[in-house]
Amino acid sequence: MRQRRSAQQRRRALEFETFCAGAAGRLLHAAQLLTAEPPDAAPQAERLLTRALARTYARWDRLRGEDPYEAARQQLISRFAQTAWRYRRTSGGLLDRLSPQERLVLVLRMSEGVAEEQTAAALGLPPERVHQILLRASAAMLSRQTPAPGRPRREVATP
Amino acid sequence: MISITARKEQAVRDLLDGPHPAVPPQLTQLAAARGRRMLRRRTALRSGVWLLLVAALTALTVWAAVSGAWVDHPAQTTPDFDGW
Repeated sequence: MRQRRSAQQRRRALEFETFCAGAAGRLLHAAQLLTAEPPDAAPQAERLLTRALARTYARWDRLRGEDPYEAARQQLISRFAQTAWRYRRTSGGLLDRLSPQERLVLVLRMSEGVAEEQTAAALGLPPERVHQILLRASAAMLSRQTPAPGRPRREVATP
Repeated sequence: MISITARKEQAVRDLLDGPHPAVPPQLTQLAAARGRRMLRRRTALRSGVWLLLVAALTALTVWAAVSGAWVDHPAQTTPDFDGW
């Protein structure tokens, strides 16, 4: 019994390591876009990812055919959404002018290639709203590429 | 419904696909260790609940056996009544 359990633990650890070797880079990139930290120093993104991966590890035997990458990404975005207030003020990253919700939509739709319906379901929003947020966030991203020098742009809060 | 043009969409995609952060080498080990700890805690909690349940059931059985809860005690509500 004990022997079988330890064999199962070893197998799980091995599978998890293989999964992380392939997926951690992409997940960390997504996390770093979400926390809006610069790519060379993203401690918050690393913490977020470590937590998401730990939870994925704990669920590993109960994934039952579910894609571990999607499970880990779901853990990542739900933790990010729960603690979004922490990431409002971070700066220096690519998306630091966007709100946490805009970052979530932009990353899921454009970087991760998740369909609009799935994004809406993951974030608990109607699909039309996701579409609107994506339009606004994309426009903000593109206008940022041609900034007026020396004048920091503040994002206008929309009601 | 308005939609962003393909060109703009590609521009945003290119922007997002910028430099990737390097994954710290110990991150996987750290996550696995934390995951193992979570699993152990969960297992301990579950076995604690089971233990409590079994203990309660045993206590109930022992108490019932000792006190003879199923024996029908004779009714003693009416006192002897003599001296009419």
